[in-house]
Amino acid sequence: MATGNSEFMSSSRDEKAQAAKPQDSCTGKPQDPEWASGLKKLYESVVDEPLPDSFKDLLSRLDEHEGK
Amino acid sequence: MTKRELPKRSAEDKRAFKRELTEVVPHLRAFARGLCGRPDMADDLVQEALLKAWAAQERFEPGTSMRAWTFVILRNAYLTDMRRNRFRGEYDEGVAERILTAPAGQEEPLHLSDLHRALLTLPPERREALLLVGAGGFSYEEAANICGCAVGTIKSRVGRARAALSSMLEDGDIPDRAIDDPAAHRAILEELDEVAAGRGEAAATK
Repeated sequence: MATGNSEFMSSSRDEKAQAAKPQDSCTGKPQDPEWASGLKKLYESVVDEPLPDSFKDLLSRLDEHEGK
Repeated sequence: MTKRELPKRSAEDKRAFKRELTEVVPHLRAFARGLCGRPDMADDLVQEALLKAWAAQERFEPGTSMRAWTFVILRNAYLTDMRRNRFRGEYDEGVAERILTAPAGQEEPLHLSDLHRALLTLPPERREALLLVGAGGFSYEEAANICGCAVGTIKSRVGRARAALSSMLEDGDIPDRAIDDPAAHRAILEELDEVAAGRGEAAATK
């Protein structure tokens, strides 16, 4: 009898990573410590920040270089 | 080894590159901030990486992941700067407090600033692995490509990083990285040399 219930451990913690790799061999512990969502939140909070002008300037300067 | 002639870029290719590069900037900023902790330095690092990416755009293969490609550049810039001692995961409490106040947080028992501080105490190779997989949503395979190491190595680093964070945050015991201590500082720089050389495992197994 094959048993295939290791999928049970998957959670929605990091969807992409889990989708690509359904089972996590090296952690037998609960997969979803409370800080895991905090880590994503940290990352997303920076992603969602408005882009500082310095970056807009830099990006537009790249084009100028291209022009010469 | 086949040395492939890179096709000449059309104006359309260049526009596409610029567009994709622009789209990925917020992600670079998030990754950089996780790596080095200080928002101002993180942004400097991203600017440096953007200039390098622009200069190297002929080497970008259209259709592949711009985020992964630029993360490699950012990471290399970070490791170089770290070894030049420009920053060492310094943590600016005031800035962090301002930035990390979670907007959508209901009753959040966990302070994100604690999490960030704990993250910065991790050895760099574990920190970046956890950032890539746990925050950036990369697969283990993608993270391994970015870091230039084996998939198993990434899994082990992520596992160790998770265990360390869990224990620090559960116990509420987040050590200072003690970067003023010369011995600790030297150890950090040695770790970085290992990571930069793609041999992070030696450092990871203390």
